[in-house]
Amino acid sequence: MKFWRNPEYQTLRSELTPEGLFLDRRALMAATGALGAGTILNPLTADAAPQKPQAAGAPPATAPTAAQAPQPGAALTARKTSYAVADAWSSEDAVTGYNNFYEFGTDKSDPARFADKMTVSPWSVSVEGETDAPRTYTLRELVDYSKLEERVYRHRCVEAWSMVVPWVGVPMADVIRKLKPKSSARFVQFETYLNPKEMRGVRLPVLDWPYVEGLRMDEAMNELAFVAVGVYGKALPKQNGAPIRTVLPWKYGFKGTKSIVKIRFLKSQPPTSWNKAGANEYGFYSNVNPEVDHPRWSQATERVIGGKGFNERRRTEMFNGYSKQVASLYAGMDLAKNY
Amino acid sequence: MKPLTLIALCAPAAYAAAQWALGFAGLSNELGFNPAEWTHHFLGDTALRILLVTLAVSPLRDMTGWAPLGLIRRRIGLAAFAYSAAHILAYLWLDLLWSLPALWDDVLKRTYITLGMAAFAAMIPLALTSTNGMIRKLGRTSWEKLHRLIFPITLLAVLHHLFMVKGNQPEPLIHGAILAALVAWRLAKRFRRSDPEASA
Ligand code: HEM
Repeated sequence: MKFWRNPEYQTLRSELTPEGLFLDRRALMAATGALGAGTILNPLTADAAPQKPQAAGAPPATAPTAAQAPQPGAALTARKTSYAVADAWSSEDAVTGYNNFYEFGTDKSDPARFADKMTVSPWSVSVEGETDAPRTYTLRELVDYSKLEERVYRHRCVEAWSMVVPWVGVPMADVIRKLKPKSSARFVQFETYLNPKEMRGVRLPVLDWPYVEGLRMDEAMNELAFVAVGVYGKALPKQNGAPIRTVLPWKYGFKGTKSIVKIRFLKSQPPTSWNKAGANEYGFYSNVNPEVDHPRWSQATERVIGGKGFNERRRTEMFNGYSKQVASLYAGMDLAKNY
Repeated sequence: MKPLTLIALCAPAAYAAAQWALGFAGLSNELGFNPAEWTHHFLGDTALRILLVTLAVSPLRDMTGWAPLGLIRRRIGLAAFAYSAAHILAYLWLDLLWSLPALWDDVLKRTYITLGMAAFAAMIPLALTSTNGMIRKLGRTSWEKLHRLIFPITLLAVLHHLFMVKGNQPEPLIHGAILAALVAWRLAKRFRRSDPEASA
């Protein structure tokens, strides 16, 4: 691990918690020019992305068949988009080596160590409920691999840390339209693969397996909602939810569902895993909100993981900096109650 | 025996310090992508496990009949205090940037930190009275009575851990089970002693 002082360390550091010590936010933004909601989706930064996808050295994509999608790590071709935060990408090591995927264990290094056993090919996703096209879909039926795009989103974990991740995939709305939900469908639920033989973490009742998550239909159709099949220009590694996962950048990370095997369209709000585990701590919405603390820790700031600084922190932004795109979804709702 | 104990008790601190030194030197180390989290977990776990070891000393002495074990109990307990203090200092440094008001806010607001602070506060009188002089001053019986605080302290530390983890994780329950076994052993011993047939 590289470990050196970021030139912005002092600025970032002075951003931190001690109540009463906050700098004027606007002055700070002007000083650093790189922080704050205003810069989050700046199209101008897309071309000047801090790093290029490191596809070099990745194994070549295998010949596509109807059922098979690229193997984890295979190079993918994706179009750059303006959905890119201005900050430098987190190191690929951090994104693939430090994450939560409780099916493989609760330590952040467990997924990278143990996800290897998971079978991700062939893969299919069954689609059920309020839809005119209920059946089993192959990955290539769900995702058009010729239309992949790259989106650099900030990933904010409910545990008060964040990363900047270059996902590769397609808008969730495109996928959902293919699945023909009926007008009666008001919610969509995603379910993660479950196989105790391949997932050592599910032997313990840490959560009520399988992992399920859900969204209101209008949330799922929002322009930011994303279905990822790759990261860093390559097909998703298993620990990051291969072969297909959801990414909802304005919500805490756990609202995303990894290794999806089932999509259900529903009339009423579905149960979700963390909400079942602790309803007072994890709400259905779980939108990133610096003003509503988790009962056990503050959500006002976040530790930056995979950056170059030492013990870097930044202030957490409302909706993770994506207010412009998503605030209207929650107009009139009390976000302290609907956390 | 005593110097060996001291070395064993310092080993985790040396290990943690070495990881940090390697980290600052840019060399490969165990800190991972979140050095603060690693440090909190390492020091917290070490503090709690040393508390459990402290509580295991007298059962071990009774089982093995090896009296010298009793001599190292106090320094093991003191090490638990030192690791707890280091754990809290690391939190103050890496998370709160030395803001004591922020620490106090956490103590008031977050149950798991309230419990951790209660555990630490209760350890202070034990640490202060750990010298030979203090034992003499207090007298054996009241000293021992005071130092029975280690049981609720360890329980508080287990609860501190239990209240912080997400989901149903096993580690706090394992620590809790060990504590329960150590308490049960003492209760059984007391019961045997007061049982006239057993002592006959
Ligand atoms: C004011 C007092 C204390 C504070 C502020 C504090 C703070 C913390 C924090 C921030 C964590 C990490 C939480 C996380 O990463 O989610 C932690 C973990 C822990 N602490 Fe404390 N702590 C305190 C006292 C104590 C004491 C006195 C002990 C034991 C004697 C202790 C034992 C532990 C243990 C066992 C863990 C869990 C480590 C793991 O998950 O592996 N703490 N504490």
